[in-house]
Amino acid sequence: MSAPAVQSEVIPELKIVQDATCTFCGCVCDDIDLSVKDNHIVEAKRACVLGKAWFLNHTLDDRPSCLIDGRPASLEEGYDRAARILTNGKYPVIYGLSDSPCEAQRVAVSIADWIGGIIDTTTSVCHGPSGMAFQGVGEVTCSLGEVANRGDLIIFWGSNPAESHPRHFTRYSLMPKGMFVPNGRKDRTCVIIDVRKTKSAKAADIFIPIKPRADFEALWTLRALARGIELDAQQVLSDTGVELSVWQDLMARMKAAKFGVFFFGMGLTMTRGKHANTEALLALTRDMNAHTRFVSKPNRGHGNVTGADNVVSWRTGYPFGVNHARGYPRFNPGEYTTTDTLARREADCAMMIACDPMANFSQSAREHLASIPYIALDTKDTPTTRAAAVAFNVATYGINTGGTVYRMDDVPIPLRPAFDSPHPGDFEVLTAIEDRVKKILGINA
Amino acid sequence: MSQTFILIPGRTSDQGCGISEGKFQPKYQKQIQSLQMSPGDMQRLAVKEGDWVRLTSETGSVEVQLVSAPKDELPDGLLFIAYGDISCRLMSGDTHGSGMPTSKGIDVTLEVLASAIANTSAIANSTAKAD
Repeated sequence: MSAPAVQSEVIPELKIVQDATCTFCGCVCDDIDLSVKDNHIVEAKRACVLGKAWFLNHTLDDRPSCLIDGRPASLEEGYDRAARILTNGKYPVIYGLSDSPCEAQRVAVSIADWIGGIIDTTTSVCHGPSGMAFQGVGEVTCSLGEVANRGDLIIFWGSNPAESHPRHFTRYSLMPKGMFVPNGRKDRTCVIIDVRKTKSAKAADIFIPIKPRADFEALWTLRALARGIELDAQQVLSDTGVELSVWQDLMARMKAAKFGVFFFGMGLTMTRGKHANTEALLALTRDMNAHTRFVSKPNRGHGNVTGADNVVSWRTGYPFGVNHARGYPRFNPGEYTTTDTLARREADCAMMIACDPMANFSQSAREHLASIPYIALDTKDTPTTRAAAVAFNVATYGINTGGTVYRMDDVPIPLRPAFDSPHPGDFEVLTAIEDRVKKILGINA
Repeated sequence: MSQTFILIPGRTSDQGCGISEGKFQPKYQKQIQSLQMSPGDMQRLAVKEGDWVRLTSETGSVEVQLVSAPKDELPDGLLFIAYGDISCRLMSGDTHGSGMPTSKGIDVTLEVLASAIANTSAIANSTAKAD
């Protein structure tokens, strides 16, 4: 009797990707060690809770790479239909891009240029008001490395990094032992200014709860104190919800700091006042440099939203909301920004890249988007991909595809992908669409 | 009887993780449909966790389920909800020339619903007026 055949167990090979880059949030941590088994990330060392969810939930799926009107189609058919939609439109809008690599963002800007359309990014509903304020006031800024090595007074205004950027404190702003703050957290004072006592407030030395929608008044209170102007205590309490003595104490700390830092979030940009709030903060930062070194940084949300600002800026001269209809770029937030063009029912076709306006825009903007033909590119099934005329299921940047992203402090960082995807990346899809657009328009360049 | 509040939509860790798991998955859906209220306001309005309420802004109306905010996290008069599909239905399409809708600090009226509403019907029941 012959011995039974021994079935050897096939053990998937474990692949280690060192110093991978997490692209979930603007921290863009590039020290993650990934363990990859059978095209699945099984461990993401040093990643935060958001990073772990990002890496461990992006697996290969068997959805088709392209859907046209909800039905599976070939990529070639998808590229053709997409190019026809974009070239048939009189007011095309290309929007999103904050979760695409810079190389793909560059192609998206080119398409907008060829078709005379709008290029806009999710910055317009994120830190767009900060972008406007940068142009009005300027930005006294620095890298996160300088914060780690020098910052001794760290103020978070309208930002909750404990939940939005979980490694912000440990990697950049509070815990690191730096050249001029050798004792790390002990050498720094952390202040949180917010309308609610967020989870970040637990990490702070001082929490200042301000009245909702009073950021502008609070910032101008500090500007006045920086100039040594006497203020009415009752008026300040009424305007800001905070005693004048608290603001005076904060100003004394700001003047005494060696290297002060404001990190500001959407508590400023999404609230009444918007760019006036961020202008006030940037102006206060500038004022403080008469006394000591002070900088400010927006805490950026998506992995490459800062890259989108950079790429659109170096291609068009403006960071977002750029209209090419006259053959040259024009910038006007409120007129050429996507949510406005949709809510006013002006756009007649669109391409939505790595964004979800059908879930995050106002109802009037969503209703109009649903009524026009549009193309969607995303790694996941979303309300926006489900209502698209052409939906591309794309590979995930940083996990399946390489490229470059910008950290929130404008530092470019390369991606180190973990495994291949059967789906094309944003760059491949956009390049194929651009080729067809140029053919339709008779452009040989 | 309706009560006036200021609504603050914002990021939570679970909402962020839910984006990666999938926006149609229960974790994300639960996050964006849960409205945090201060313990003081819950006591004043005699409501409890799990009750359904209707929020109405000048733009739209949604129905969401109450949860108690962690101790001291939310002052009376303020409500918090994870930013997403539901909260954005309360935003106006007007950006006041900025490109940014007013997405935080939204004036809303809150009405406690008499009967429990089926969880799955929450989004379908959400209505919005034209801007």
